[in-house]
Amino acid sequence: MKNKGKLIMLIFIFSETFFFIALIIAYVYYRNFSDTTDTVAKSLDAVRAGIFTLFLIASSGTLILSKKALQKKNYKIFKLFMGLTIVLGSVFTFGQITEYIGLYQKQITLSQDIFGSSFFTLTGFHGLHVILGLIALAILFFLSFGKMKTVTIAGIDGVDVYWHFVDVVWLFVFYFVYITPLL
Amino acid sequence: MSLYIDIPEDKEQLPSLKTGQGKLAWMASVDHKQLGIMYLWLALVFFVIGGLEAMMIRAQLALPNNDLISPELYNQIFTMHGTTMIFLVLMPASIGLGTYLIPLMIGANEMAFPRLNAFSFWMTCLGGMLLYFSFFAGGAPDAGWFNYAPLSENNYSSTQGVDYFLVGLILTGIGSIGAALNFITTVLTLRSPDIKLNMLPLFVWMIFVNAFLMLAAFPLLNAGLFMMLIDRQFDAHFFLASTGGSAILWQHFFWAFGHPEVYIIALPAFGIISEVIPVFSRKPIYGYKFVAASSIAIALLSYSVWAHHMFTVGLSNTVNAFFAISSMLIGIPTGLKIINWIGTMHKGSIRLTTPMLWAMAFLICFTFGGLTGISFAIVPITWQLTDTYYLVAHFHYVFLGGSLFGLFAGIYYWFPKMSGRMLCSKLGKWHFWLFVLGFNLTFFLQHVLGVLGMPRRIFTYPDLPYWKVLNMLATLGAVMMFVGMAIFFWNIYKTLKKPRTVGENPWDAWTLEWATPSPPELKNFDEIPRVHSRRPLWDINNPDNPDKKLN
Repeated sequence: MKNKGKLIMLIFIFSETFFFIALIIAYVYYRNFSDTTDTVAKSLDAVRAGIFTLFLIASSGTLILSKKALQKKNYKIFKLFMGLTIVLGSVFTFGQITEYIGLYQKQITLSQDIFGSSFFTLTGFHGLHVILGLIALAILFFLSFGKMKTVTIAGIDGVDVYWHFVDVVWLFVFYFVYITPLL
Repeated sequence: MSLYIDIPEDKEQLPSLKTGQGKLAWMASVDHKQLGIMYLWLALVFFVIGGLEAMMIRAQLALPNNDLISPELYNQIFTMHGTTMIFLVLMPASIGLGTYLIPLMIGANEMAFPRLNAFSFWMTCLGGMLLYFSFFAGGAPDAGWFNYAPLSENNYSSTQGVDYFLVGLILTGIGSIGAALNFITTVLTLRSPDIKLNMLPLFVWMIFVNAFLMLAAFPLLNAGLFMMLIDRQFDAHFFLASTGGSAILWQHFFWAFGHPEVYIIALPAFGIISEVIPVFSRKPIYGYKFVAASSIAIALLSYSVWAHHMFTVGLSNTVNAFFAISSMLIGIPTGLKIINWIGTMHKGSIRLTTPMLWAMAFLICFTFGGLTGISFAIVPITWQLTDTYYLVAHFHYVFLGGSLFGLFAGIYYWFPKMSGRMLCSKLGKWHFWLFVLGFNLTFFLQHVLGVLGMPRRIFTYPDLPYWKVLNMLATLGAVMMFVGMAIFFWNIYKTLKKPRTVGENPWDAWTLEWATPSPPELKNFDEIPRVHSRRPLWDINNPDNPDKKLN
């Protein structure tokens, strides 16, 4: 493979996968193999989280469109969809922050019990990855305005792979944290 | 206006000691050769510290009912000794040799991501410094190198030592992941166009396979470390059984990392041995493909053996049986590799240089450590002998007899390439014999001590039959190793003061790094020799009798 930016990001997310697997295992383990009942699940609003999930999935779609536009050298469309990706990602982050505030108002906290600990750790680490991705996207976005009108192939391919990864991880988190308690 | 261009990163001159001026150039450098040497210096500095800690342990245990060191300090010392030797000596030494040699061996001028390379080094270095800062911040971590919960949790610690342990290891873990990313991309994208993957020198191949192991193992450790840090700093409950958490889960996370880690440390040594033994037996490696493929088998199997560290936890018999069988299975590819190396030496014209001596000591001691390892795969033996000195002896045979002897072979072998000077062979042999004999004196006897029932990690012991004499002899062996190491440092110091005299290929070796001057210029290769087989320099030096063409 010639494109080392894409290659390193692919093996990096291979590594990241193991990190999230460990965090998800902890959550599933405590729910299914300990004697306590899940105190967080009943306070979660799966529909609300589902709507914000759609925003994150949509952002992956717009990123694909913006990358295609870049390859066709259609810079206006590139900027439009890149901006849209950042907005959609930010909406998701906003949804997560307001959810956290709501839970803390209901006295559901990190130090409350084992489910508080694992819920906030798992979703928090995912949220950090989203914010990191947003920063990377924002850098690519603003580069296309400034004097340095260059986006490296390595840069856009790397961020692209990373953002889709963050998206896919959320689908697993959403399934295990929000959906399985309802089943 | 172009928005989408490929910026070639390596056309510009990268910062390095040879281009920049002053001491700050050390921090700015991204040259893989310099970073490789810095990794080795880092490992050497921490080896001195970890070695002094080992000497303190042996001094305390030399006599029964000794009170040289307080129990609190003793706990800190053995924790720091283990953590240092694994994360700050064996890891950076292996990564350092890889960083120095991989571009040279595959005909590249740099790593794929030179800045990431520097980042990885400084992460490892800062992690180590943070770990040792704990001594000034109230006390070092004292829950052992595997840091079992709940002993490592807030209610059982009086200092912040464990927090420094957690943050320090997270940093070194990130550094190792960065190095692994770099190794894989370098091998896949920067090989000389002649070199196909089945022509890689075995050292490169082992580091390449090893990098995947690191990528999969360190995130598991880091996830566990983060959870425990959140436990300690934000009052979470992950590993606190009293509030619904699970201390066993920490053990699973730790050993799911910890056992692959054993192979992460061993595989680079296997790679070194696979370079050293053929060169000094004057024969190509016996069964190249088998050695290469069995490393993949080891890498995959190493993820299915972790619970053999947990036989005494009380998992079910089914679980124990599964992990016992897989632990015995992993002995097969490892054991067959030994046969390959012996097969390489068979009927070879063996030159007993210092690197070759270390390689042969590796073969014997590592095999012995492997056999005691197999004995631990048998569940009742673990029940009887776990946490005794038999265990301590076993893993020292693996880590010293395996990894460290391999690394010493590598350092003696590549020192002329790195510095342009040959380490004194007479002093090298003193180092070798003192260290190997001392090592066997210390740790062979500890098998016996373990069977006699002496538990590990006790700060002193009563005067039971044979315990006193065996411990005294173990301390004597440690002193021999200490003197051996002093000779090694003297050897390095003395050699580095001499002028550079070594030519390109002092050992008459066959891989590409020996086609560069010693030490190589900032730019490794102006032109890369054509490569048609696994031994390019052999083909060039023996045009009448080249190896079989592979491309």
